[in-house]
Amino acid sequence: MGDGALIAELGDKISPEVNQRVRELALVLEEDPIEGVVEIVPTYRSLLIIYDPLRVHLTALLHRIEGLRKKIARIKIPEPKTVEIPVLYGGEYGPDLEWVAQYHKITAQDVIRLHLAPLYQVYMIGFTPGFPYMGELPEQLASPRRKNPRTLIPAGSVAIAQRQTGIYPVASPGGWQIIGRTPLKLFNPTRSPPTLLEMGDRVKFFSITEEEFKRWLP
Amino acid sequence: MASVETFEILAPGILTTVQDRGRFGYGRYGVPPSGALDSFSLRMGNLLVGNPEDEAALEITLMGPKIKVLTEVVVAITGADLQPCLNDEPMEMWRSYVLKKDDILSFKGIKSGCRSYLAIGGGISIPIVMGSKSTNLPSKFGGFGGRALQKGDILASNSPHLYLTKGGRKLSQEFVPAYGKEWAFRVVFGPQDEQFTEDAKETFISSPYQVTPQADRTGIRLAGPVIERKPEVSESIISEGVVPGAIQVPGDGQPIILLVETVTGGYRKIATVITADLHLLGQLKPGDTLRFKEVSLDEAYKALIESEARIRRFKESLE
Repeated sequence: MGDGALIAELGDKISPEVNQRVRELALVLEEDPIEGVVEIVPTYRSLLIIYDPLRVHLTALLHRIEGLRKKIARIKIPEPKTVEIPVLYGGEYGPDLEWVAQYHKITAQDVIRLHLAPLYQVYMIGFTPGFPYMGELPEQLASPRRKNPRTLIPAGSVAIAQRQTGIYPVASPGGWQIIGRTPLKLFNPTRSPPTLLEMGDRVKFFSITEEEFKRWLP
Repeated sequence: MASVETFEILAPGILTTVQDRGRFGYGRYGVPPSGALDSFSLRMGNLLVGNPEDEAALEITLMGPKIKVLTEVVVAITGADLQPCLNDEPMEMWRSYVLKKDDILSFKGIKSGCRSYLAIGGGISIPIVMGSKSTNLPSKFGGFGGRALQKGDILASNSPHLYLTKGGRKLSQEFVPAYGKEWAFRVVFGPQDEQFTEDAKETFISSPYQVTPQADRTGIRLAGPVIERKPEVSESIISEGVVPGAIQVPGDGQPIILLVETVTGGYRKIATVITADLHLLGQLKPGDTLRFKEVSLDEAYKALIESEARIRRFKESLE
């Protein structure tokens, strides 16, 4: 992409296996940094590598990346961490819960039960600082985005779209269906790392009451 | 280093923020680079006042602030010509001035370009967040409290008196960029140019595009002839990382040049503006027209090496 970035494509679909390959390449690049690489952005199926063309030549860079790809088989990739995230579902905290239930002709309780069931994989962090794109949402909950995106979604909002679920870490505009809110802070610019979740992490949601929500708030 | 109060903001202008060269290494957390949109003007301003070239300065958009000077300090104004004035007398662009306590800096209005940079000898003393002093406006962190400057804000600098000898420096005319209303940007095709029709690529290269009012630090939406993707490809792609200068084309076929407040995108990118021309994107304003010119990667690198050599020459001339 342009004269200062490369996209390493490791598959052409959203799947845990493809995403795992992206994570592996990102981890070896972190462990064995290449001179002149200034940024890497792992996403669903590709890894963006931003480099300074004044410090590293494209040919040398491609060669080094190829070498690292061979190295992946030999090194031990750290296990992803599992993070449990409390969610208060519905009401003013999840204004689209009822709509989602009606859309799928199930009850709000069914939506919550289905959303709680999976152990999600964080495919990527993007859109805004700390926003985790997680999958896969059960087929029965696959929902379209809102026709009219909201101009301001409160921080902590837990949302779904298609086969994905995500959490808005900072107040921002957005078009996903909001079904609940977490009291946890997903992005803190003064913390290291600045985000609660990283690409590759596993996430398990659990349901909390309004009282518990208020107690959890920082 | 002693932090000394240098500026009081009497009126903030439309959008005045603290920006340095950007925040790097946090893209994997969804944190965009932010930073000065016109990095050339930022670097030159800093060099004129004796700062390291990546120090933070004020990025001033379209309409300038009114500032009261609180202590003797050296400043330089680069980038867009917003007609800066010192106590109501016109100032020159691209040169450093020593200002006195109680002087008033103001801007009469836009003459050319879009963003002006006000560099201060001793920089801007504010906390460094994730390696940078840049303001991330959409997520409200970094810079001056994560926001644009407001009336009553007080800025401080590190030991500004140490820079007073740098007054009166001037950038020679050969280095000063000219900003018109018609622009040409060099691009390299890709990464998804193959997914547009051959006609579309031709249209993209041969047609003028106009900057719409939907232009901010995240991206610039253009209006012009529609760029058609091949009939078999869908409107969006699986989201992937993006860079400043990437030109993405959403479903309506109207290109968007991505800038510095985003790290991922979900539309196809037909081409990317070369690094040597990126800084000029910061001077585009609504109503300007631009054309794209295709170059090879080798030409892009050559252009970058040349532009860096010019900056180095200027730097050496100061020593």
